[in-house]
Amino acid sequence: MDVRAHFRLNDHGIDAAALRRELEDAHCGAVIAFDGVVRDHHDGRRVSELRYEAFAELAVSEGRAVVDEAAIKFAVRRIVCEHRIGLLGIGEIAVYVGVAAAHREAAFAACRYVIDEIKSRLPIWKHDHYADGAAEWIHPD
Amino acid sequence: MRLSVRYFASLRDAAGCDHESIVHQGDAISLYQRLAQQHRFTMPQSRIRLAVNGALVPWVQALGEGDEVVFLPPVSGG
Repeated sequence: MDVRAHFRLNDHGIDAAALRRELEDAHCGAVIAFDGVVRDHHDGRRVSELRYEAFAELAVSEGRAVVDEAAIKFAVRRIVCEHRIGLLGIGEIAVYVGVAAAHREAAFAACRYVIDEIKSRLPIWKHDHYADGAAEWIHPD
Repeated sequence: MRLSVRYFASLRDAAGCDHESIVHQGDAISLYQRLAQQHRFTMPQSRIRLAVNGALVPWVQALGEGDEVVFLPPVSGG
């Protein structure tokens, strides 16, 4: 069966429309996408911009493992995931997960799996820059 | 043995460099404790994951000559 799963780091800007075209497949009746977007607040503080830093070699190998796992666990045909690194402004896409499947249940489940695993496993760190001029690395408990 | 140590995020800021060459005898736990003292890392070793030569490994794995060691603080991607 023709199943394709891709993960990439992106240092220049995520083009969601272009990524969606990678999901096109006549076999698929369900195409869904999740955009993780930079928001303007964290813990009650105003965020002005942020920077993502990655241990790139491991982030790519772990990201590929995540999308490959999802392609095996769920009846999907296409998975495309990109994660930004570098400096991002409010409203920019930080992470994109697109999935195409014959039916919606598998598409939703695979998308949820990929974003949850990406967030918890990939060696990528967020450096929040606040409106008051302060900045801090986010290392969740 | 000579090791190459790479730092990311808050550990890089605390160390003041993104990599350094270290001569160390012992396991990764003792290496982290030594570097934490030297660079004043406040992150306890229990919150750090270990990568050696580009792969996640358990802390008990023995280090070898020329290994690249990376200490990964809790991640915040997505």
